[in-house]
Amino acid sequence: MAEADILSQIETAFPGKIQEQHSLHGNATIVIDRADALEVLGKLKENADLAFNLLVDLTATDFFGKEPRFEVVYHLHSLTHNHRIRVKIRLSEDDTQTPSISALWKSANWLEREVWDMFGISFSGHPDLRRILMYEEFRGHPLRKDYPVNKRQPLVEERDPITNPWNKG
Amino acid sequence: MAEAATQIVAEHDPTSEIMTLQMGPSHPATHGTIKFTLTLDGERILNCDVEIGYLHRGFEKMCEQRTWNHCVPYTDRLNYASPLINNVAFALTAEQLLDVEVPERCQYIRVIMSEISRITDHLTCLAMAAVEAGAMSVGFYMMESRETLYDLIAAVTGARLTVSYARVGGVTQDLPNDFAAHVRTAFADMRRILDDCDKLLSKNRIFIDRMSGVGAISQEDAISYSLTGPLLRATGVPYDVRKAQPYLVYDRFDFDVPTGTQGDNYDRFSIRFEELKQSMHIIEQALNGIPSGPIRIDDPQITLPEKKDVYGNIEGLMNHFKLVIEGVKIPAGEAFRSVEGANGELSFYLVSDGSGRPYRVRVRGPSFFGMAAMGDMLQGHLISDIITTFGMVNMIGGECDR
Repeated sequence: MAEADILSQIETAFPGKIQEQHSLHGNATIVIDRADALEVLGKLKENADLAFNLLVDLTATDFFGKEPRFEVVYHLHSLTHNHRIRVKIRLSEDDTQTPSISALWKSANWLEREVWDMFGISFSGHPDLRRILMYEEFRGHPLRKDYPVNKRQPLVEERDPITNPWNKG
Repeated sequence: MAEAATQIVAEHDPTSEIMTLQMGPSHPATHGTIKFTLTLDGERILNCDVEIGYLHRGFEKMCEQRTWNHCVPYTDRLNYASPLINNVAFALTAEQLLDVEVPERCQYIRVIMSEISRITDHLTCLAMAAVEAGAMSVGFYMMESRETLYDLIAAVTGARLTVSYARVGGVTQDLPNDFAAHVRTAFADMRRILDDCDKLLSKNRIFIDRMSGVGAISQEDAISYSLTGPLLRATGVPYDVRKAQPYLVYDRFDFDVPTGTQGDNYDRFSIRFEELKQSMHIIEQALNGIPSGPIRIDDPQITLPEKKDVYGNIEGLMNHFKLVIEGVKIPAGEAFRSVEGANGELSFYLVSDGSGRPYRVRVRGPSFFGMAAMGDMLQGHLISDIITTFGMVNMIGGECDR
């Protein structure tokens, strides 16, 4: 299906929920509100005509100095219909929280942990939101544009795996 | 005395206790830095918590500080078993932002080099898996075969692993004149070696017992975990980016996408083994059909001028200077592009603000998703199964931890 067809089909499936839509460089994109995230993404996955069953990627971008500052970006693919969509949620700097979609896709669990780790965007309803690539004692969120690229952090003491295991903290 | 000893054993019966065991992050049998926190009932795994991030180097942050072409050497170090595919994926996504397409010869070269890389990646994975299951000779045979391919890669790019071959708008250099002949000799050797390996493994009772039924995942779970590549195809989904959304000139070649039925380690092994043959088939077709012509876009805004212009006239020198210091000016926008990496779908999400540097570089490495699913794959299996499953997930630290 061509990008324009997907977009018009989504438009009719979610009246009033699509804040913005465009198709750029072959990627069809819709922007939704975070309050509708679970409903829209869930239906995109379940709807037989759309059937976006593969969560290809979940990431974020920091547009530092602009408002809304953050964009959470979902890339979905349909294995049945072989088409794609990009879904965006815009988040303000003061309130970086959005619903977790880990109940819809198991892979979202780790992907959301990574976005939390790198951007400090928290996902409400996530079963286990802790850092994934950085270590527990790390301060700040390195992929934010206001995190200096050459910043050094103090060495942390070795963690005792028995009394203070990572997965219990 | 004996009575007391019996009592001690009864009180601390190791078979009745649930044990927590830390495996890794530096374990001799896991080729990669990774930590498993295992909850064990005897030797059986009740729960496996996977911890990654030991090889995190801030790839995405580093790329934001460099010009577009400076990112290419960083992409070599993502999946270092198939660096050419990473190079090509990055260049393709940047070209999508520019809305340009590279010349046909360049597309053929990119296909050939990507497929050679896929073969080296699969050979590394299969060789290691065989060694870990005790089949040392298979490991050495495959490594020998891989070495002839590394020689080919070195002849084209000048390096074995850190190739940095693709550029935005083309590739660094053309194939050597005798390249096709060398490829044919290497493939003749490889087919012989693969036949030997096939005889050693495919009916080998020990090997099949170690791989078959181990680390299986259902089709539904595989999709939910966003698995792609051999891990997804092992569950029976014939999804291959080269077929589903053909890029470069893949739609001109005839090749099969092997699938499995059980989703276990044996299926993953067989699929990779079959893909070796399919990749050789693609390369042979590409070498037969490769046209002559330029290997990069002829646009002074994107690609570097010829060396004779750089040294011979001021326009060429200025053009070179501007491109090297300021970088290719890619118009503001965003693009997401996928290619079929050796372990699954490899995607780049690039955001440009119109300057010479990327605003955001995000890479979707397939290993990350395989590792997320490993905990589920291992439930109920034995400790020794971790090694074979880990080998078949083929986690590459550079790509998983970025």
